[in-house]
Amino acid sequence: MAILIDEKTRVLVQGITGNQGRFHTQQMQAFGTRIVAGVSPGREGQEVHGVPVYDTVEKAVERHGANAAILFVPAPFACDAAFEAIDAGIKLVVAITEHIPLHDAMKMTAFARSRGATLVGPNTFGVISPGKSKIGIMPNHIYKPGPVGIVARSGTLSYEIAAALSNAGLGQSTVVGMGGDRVVGLSFIDILEQFEQDPETRAVVLVGEIGGTAEEEAAEFIKGMSKPVVAYLAGKQAPPGKRMGHAGAIIERGRGTYESKVKALEAGGAKVASMPWEVPDLVKQVLGG
Amino acid sequence: MKMFEFMAKDIFRAAGLPVPRGRVARTPDEAAAAAAEIGPVAIKSQVLAGGRGKAGGIKFADTPDEARARAAELLGSEIQGYRVEQVLVEEKLKIDGELYVSVTVDAATRRPLIMASRHGGVNIEEVPERDIVRRHVDITWGLYPYAARAVASRLELPAGLARQFTDILVTLYDLFRRYDAELVEINPLVISGDRLIAADGRFNVDDDALFRHEDLPRVSEATPLEQRVREIGLSYVELDGDIAVMANGAGITMATIDALAAYGGRAMNFLDAGGGAAAEPMAQAIGVLVSTNPKAILINIFGGITRCDDVARAILTVKERQGIPVPLVVRLVGTNEEEGVRMLQEAGIQAYRSMDEAAAKVVELAKGGR
Repeated sequence: MAILIDEKTRVLVQGITGNQGRFHTQQMQAFGTRIVAGVSPGREGQEVHGVPVYDTVEKAVERHGANAAILFVPAPFACDAAFEAIDAGIKLVVAITEHIPLHDAMKMTAFARSRGATLVGPNTFGVISPGKSKIGIMPNHIYKPGPVGIVARSGTLSYEIAAALSNAGLGQSTVVGMGGDRVVGLSFIDILEQFEQDPETRAVVLVGEIGGTAEEEAAEFIKGMSKPVVAYLAGKQAPPGKRMGHAGAIIERGRGTYESKVKALEAGGAKVASMPWEVPDLVKQVLGG
Repeated sequence: MKMFEFMAKDIFRAAGLPVPRGRVARTPDEAAAAAAEIGPVAIKSQVLAGGRGKAGGIKFADTPDEARARAAELLGSEIQGYRVEQVLVEEKLKIDGELYVSVTVDAATRRPLIMASRHGGVNIEEVPERDIVRRHVDITWGLYPYAARAVASRLELPAGLARQFTDILVTLYDLFRRYDAELVEINPLVISGDRLIAADGRFNVDDDALFRHEDLPRVSEATPLEQRVREIGLSYVELDGDIAVMANGAGITMATIDALAAYGGRAMNFLDAGGGAAAEPMAQAIGVLVSTNPKAILINIFGGITRCDDVARAILTVKERQGIPVPLVVRLVGTNEEEGVRMLQEAGIQAYRSMDEAAAKVVELAKGGR
C-alpha cells in the first residue's frame, strides 16, 4: 500500500515534447513509473522515449487507459490542460507548473472537486511512492521504501528531509507535495486522512512554512489521529509582510506566523523540530525505537 | 502587484463605481490647481502602505493656498517607509457613516471571499468577528445579485443604500474576476447623505496573471538590487543581516536563514535560485551577492534537479570574473555531487555535506570579521 499512486498507476504526460516534459518522462521511467502516453497538441504520431504522443487527452485515455496525468504545460495554458485531463475522466492530476494564475487555480480546484478528481499542486514537485512509482520531478536516488509518510509544501526542503530520513534508515511510504502556491488542490488534512488510513504508513512528517493557516487547520486534525506526526516549519526568521518566493510564504495581520503554527501543532500532539536535521531523531522517538 | 489608490479609483470609475472627484498632483502647484477646481479637498499621500492616515499621510485644505502648503509638506516625506512622490487631491466628503467591503482569495476554501462591515474605516482590523459579514462565492457560477442583496441585508442598510451597495458589490466582484485580483477593497465606503462613495480603494493584482492584463499600469515595490536579481529570473528579497545566502527552493532558503539565526548569525538576503537553475544565472546571482559586500557568503544546495557540478561551475565563474574577497562556505550534496565537490576542491574551496555544519561555520567566519 501507499497513498495516491502505486505500481499500477497508468500515467499520462501533458506537455511531453517540451524540455521539462522529455527530461522528467525519462527520469520517471527510470524510477519505474508506468508512463503510457503523452499529449502535446499538434504532435500526434511522434514518440518521446518510446512513449506515443497524442493531440488530445481524450484519445490518450481511450487508447491507453491512463488514470493519472502530470502537467508540464506553460502557466498560461495549464488551466486548459487540467480541465482537459479532468474532463477526460482522469482522477489524479499533478500540476508541476509554477506561476499559474490564482484565479485559474481556483477554477481548476473547483472543477476537480465537481468531478471527484484529485488535483495535486499547482507548483508541486509531485507524488512518490518509493519502490512503486513517482509522478513528479523529485530526484530518484534519495528515497527508500518504508513506514514514514511525508507531506510538504516545498520541494527542495522535502528532499532534504527525505534524504535525512533515508540516511537514518527510515524509508517512506509516500511523499506528497501539496504545492507552494496559495491555492492548491489538496490540503494537509486531505493527505493526513489518507496516511491515517494507509496500513503501510506508521508515522507522518509534515513540512510546512509560514503564511496562510493550513498548518493550524492540520493541527486540529492531528488531535484525532492514531499515528504520530513530526513537523518542521520553515520561515521562523522571515520578516512580516515580505514575500519569500512561494506565494504562500507571507505573513499578514498576525496570522500564519511561525509561533502560531508551532503552538497549534504542539497542542495537536505533533512533535515540532526546530531544524530540518532534527527530524529523523524525532521520527525514531515517535516510532518507539 | 499592489496598485496606488488613484489607479484603483481609475479602474473603479471606469467600471461605474462612485468615487470622489479628484486629481493626482506631483507638485504643490498642481495640488493648488486641483483644489481651485474642486473646492475643499483631502490631500492623500500615494504610497503602497496601509495605515497611511494614522501615519499623517492625509491632510485637508479649504483653499488652493492651503492645498499648496499641505501638499508641499507631504510630497517628498516618508510615510511608513515609503517616499511620497504624488498625492491625490480629492473632493472632501461629508461623512455620515463608513462601511467596509472587499473581495479576496480565501486559500483555506480555495474560493473568492466577500467581507463586509458596518464598521469600516481606519480601525477595521480591530472590528470584532461578529460585526463582519462573510460570504464565499462559487467561482464557477460567479456572484449573482441575490447573494449581494443578502450581504447588504445583513448589514441592515436602509433600502436606498442597500440597493446601491448591491450594485457596488456586484461590480466589485466583476472587477476582481476581470483583472485577476488577489484583493479588491473599498475602505471606507462612505455614506454621504443618501449616497455611497468609495473614499479609498485597494486593488492588488496577481503577479502571475499580469501577462493577460497588458492594459494595467505596472507598479514595482522591488529595490534596485531586488530588481536586478529578478531580471536574472531568480527570487530575491533584501533582509537586514550581514551574511549573504543562496539556496535552491523557497522552503530550503527560508530554512537556511533560520539555521543561520540558530547559530547567532543574520542573513542579509533571501536568494532562491529555484529548483533547477542553470550555471550562468546562478553565477550572475552569486556575482550580485559578492557585490553587496557581505561579511561572508553561504551557498546551500541540495541538488535534485539542480546539478552540483553546475553550482560549482557558477562559483568558479564568479571567482574568475570578479573574485570572491569574503569567506565563502558551500554546502553541496545531491545530483552530481562528486563532480561538483572535486571542482571546488581543485580551486581550494571546501564543500560541506551537512547544512548544520555549514551554517555554524559561516556564522563563525562572519564573526571573525575580515
